[in-house]
Amino acid sequence: MSCFLVTAAEAVITTVAAKVIQSREKEPETIKLDTEGGNEIVRKVPLSRKLRWLSHLLWGGSALLAFEHVWHGEVVPWFPFLTAASNPADAAEMLNEMATTGVAMAVLVTVIWLGMLAVTSAMEKKILQAQSSLK
Amino acid sequence: MTLLTTVFAAIICTIVWYKNAPHSEMKVGILCWMYWGASIMWFVDAIFEYAELREEYFTPAPAQMLNDLYLGLSVVALGLIIWLVILLIQDPKGAVKAALFKKSK
Repeated sequence: MSCFLVTAAEAVITTVAAKVIQSREKEPETIKLDTEGGNEIVRKVPLSRKLRWLSHLLWGGSALLAFEHVWHGEVVPWFPFLTAASNPADAAEMLNEMATTGVAMAVLVTVIWLGMLAVTSAMEKKILQAQSSLK
Repeated sequence: MTLLTTVFAAIICTIVWYKNAPHSEMKVGILCWMYWGASIMWFVDAIFEYAELREEYFTPAPAQMLNDLYLGLSVVALGLIIWLVILLIQDPKGAVKAALFKKSK
C-alpha cells in the first residue's frame, strides 16, 4: 500500500547523514601500489561514499516502487495522496503493511549494503596485504 | 513478473557498467542502483505474497501476468527516463553544454 514510504524515509536519513559525514571527513587515506607498469595511487573508500551507495539503492528502489503504487491506484495526486488514508480501516491495514513489508524491505536493503561493505573491506585488506608482502 | 523484469534490467545494466568500469561517462551506475534497489524491494514483496498465496503465487492468471509484465516494462522505462534526465543535467561529456553554447561559424 505504501511500503515505499519506509524506504524513502531511510533514504532521506542516509542522504543527510552522508552529507554531514562528507563535510566532516578528512582527505581519504591513500595507498601507493607497486604495479607492473610502475606506481599506482589508490584511495580508500570514504564512509560518506559508502553511505551514498545505500542512499542510491533506497532512492532508486523507492522511486520505482512509488510508481508501482501509482499504477495500482494506491497513490493519487490529490489529498490525502494515499487512498488507504481516506478511511480508518484501510489506514490501519496500510500502517500494518508499512510495519511489516516496508520495514523488511529497508532491513534487507541495509543488510545487502552491509554485505557490500564487508566485501569492500576484505578487498582493501587484500590489497594492503599483497602490498606489504611485496615490501 | 515485475520482479523478474527488474532483475533482468539490473543484471544487464551491471554487465554494461562492468564492461566500461572504471570509466563512468554514461553514468550507468545510476541505473544499476535504481534497478537493484527496486529488485530487492520487490523480492521482499514477493516473499510476503508467497507467504500468503503459497503455490498459487507461481501460477498467476495470464491476464495478471500480462499486467505485471506491462508494469515491469513501464518501471524499466521510467528508470531509463530518470537516468536520461540525470545524465543530461550532469552532462559528464559536456555534449549538452557544447550543443547549447557553442558558437556557430
